Amino acid sequence: MALKIVVLAKQVPDTRNVGKDAMTAEGTVNRAALPAIFNPEDLNALEQALRLKEQNPGSTVGILTMGPPRAGEIIRQGLYRGADTGWLLTDRLFAGADTLATSYALATAIKKIGDVDIVIGGRQAIDGDTAQVGPQVAQKLGLNQVTYAEEVLSVKDGKATIKRVIDGGVETVEAPLPVVITVNGSAAPCRPQNAKLVMKYKRATCPMERPAEGTPYDYLYDERPELTLNQWSVADVDGDVNQCGLSGSPTKVKAIKNIVFQAKESKTLTASDADIEGMIKELLDEKIIG
Amino acid sequence: MNNVFVYCEIEGTLVQEVSQELLTKGRKLANELKVELHAIVAGTDIKGKVEDQILPYGVDKLFVFDAPELFPYTSAPHTDILVNLFKEEQPQICLMGATVIGRDLGPRVSSSLTSGLTADCTELEIGPYEDKKNNKVYENLLYQIRPAFGGNIVATIVNPDHRPQMATVRSGVMQKALYDGECRKEVVYPEVSKYVSPEAFVVKVLDHHVEAAKHNLKGAPIVVAGGYGMGCKENFDLLFQLAKVLHGEVGGSRAAVDAGWLDHDRQIGQTGVTVHPKVYIACGISGQIQHIAGMQDSGIIISVNSDPDAPINKIADYVIVGTVEEVVPKLIKYYKQNSK
Repeated sequence: MALKIVVLAKQVPDTRNVGKDAMTAEGTVNRAALPAIFNPEDLNALEQALRLKEQNPGSTVGILTMGPPRAGEIIRQGLYRGADTGWLLTDRLFAGADTLATSYALATAIKKIGDVDIVIGGRQAIDGDTAQVGPQVAQKLGLNQVTYAEEVLSVKDGKATIKRVIDGGVETVEAPLPVVITVNGSAAPCRPQNAKLVMKYKRATCPMERPAEGTPYDYLYDERPELTLNQWSVADVDGDVNQCGLSGSPTKVKAIKNIVFQAKESKTLTASDADIEGMIKELLDEKIIG
Repeated sequence: MNNVFVYCEIEGTLVQEVSQELLTKGRKLANELKVELHAIVAGTDIKGKVEDQILPYGVDKLFVFDAPELFPYTSAPHTDILVNLFKEEQPQICLMGATVIGRDLGPRVSSSLTSGLTADCTELEIGPYEDKKNNKVYENLLYQIRPAFGGNIVATIVNPDHRPQMATVRSGVMQKALYDGECRKEVVYPEVSKYVSPEAFVVKVLDHHVEAAKHNLKGAPIVVAGGYGMGCKENFDLLFQLAKVLHGEVGGSRAAVDAGWLDHDRQIGQTGVTVHPKVYIACGISGQIQHIAGMQDSGIIISVNSDPDAPINKIADYVIVGTVEEVVPKLIKYYKQNSK
């Protein structure tokens, strides 16, 4: 059975390398100040999607992402690995969204794409660690959800069989299509970029990514329409402005503070035998260790 | 009306510890707000088996939903129960564990009710909020406090206009305690079919397999933890040796787990396990806040680090400046020599 698969992918700041200017005064993330990467668990999801495409001839995989124009890079990275198409949701009206407003935007886009069999994304993004967007998209679309998936074992007769991790164990579930799946980081890693596909798609861009003065490659976009990536605004997906961005977000950030450690009076020791034996004796004498 | 609700998670007929921890926290919040604490549990053949595991934590009213196919958990029936019950009860706060179940159910419910949800809170408090833009002041909101952004900052989140205010909390973050104050301890058994439509049972669990935890990191009195500074997987063998002689458990930072040196279920920190041991020995751990959030309440903290300026040293009681390869064998040797 040919499947229409949409992969939810997010461009995230690499939270392992965070500087001082990472947050704006309003308490939202200053994405411009940080290196941007493909959210790791979304790559696990992409791999599952590409495997399903291989197992089910005629299937297509599209990358759906929301972000500033530079998030078009996420679609390209998906194309380099074997995705067929992509959609970038970009509009200032989407900005400042919490998980609920984000889910609303993604769900309206998925409706616009239409006839989707499987929506699949990472369990969570490393900049928020909330794991909320997948289930909220499912709810907004009225679809079943399977979270914490480790492997999509098979899709047949309109049903997906999925292995998932649960607290302290594993579970195998069967869910009718269409279904929303979120993939855990313990799933198979994503295949690398394919050199031929990199050559094919390296000039693929969304219109907003292109400089106003034009590029030497503009003629390519007339010759090869697949190099123009889909770029959608709130209006393009028939979105309700009140449910998007900051105004569609029930949660508000009251305060942000940097972490200040409560400094303790600590004893600094060297690695010498005397120092270490002294500490062990102290801990034993005070019955802190037995 | 406007009470505090806790969703209690079960495995078979065993109420999970994280739910009892949240009942204790929920009781405190309810007392502060002068409202009642209500609890919800849903499963199969649980009537008469779960009540005593829930009521002693200070519950005024417990809703037990007992029907075939409510265990093992699937998203839709449990969502229907919460959404339809909340439409009747109008709770002001709903807490659940930041477990696989809570993180599957919470967002689904919040999206259905268009209410705000904050994941993985480390503190919950009650306080006022001033919306300067609209010149409005709100009293008695739930402050949902969590490290954000890879743990580099702590954010306080509020939901001014939407109810219930929902939050998930990880296992071990709150401490459970039996409640010795007054509470009503009423139990009701609502008819499940009034809350869940038959179509909700479309996802089938073909196989459900849960094993008892291989280790007791959360409850261990001594934790030996390694970070990225351990350098390689082989060096973790040293930590397992040290943990063995001290009768402790081994954990690690996110960086060590991401590097593949340690199983995911041994990760300590905001996105892993929270521990409160008597002694915490941090080896090659720099001390990102995401990690500190999961161990800062330890009794005695010993940091072994070749960098004397590692951030974790600021909260350590003992700082041993040296390499793990050199220091850990000495810790083992001198413990063996000096203990009986």
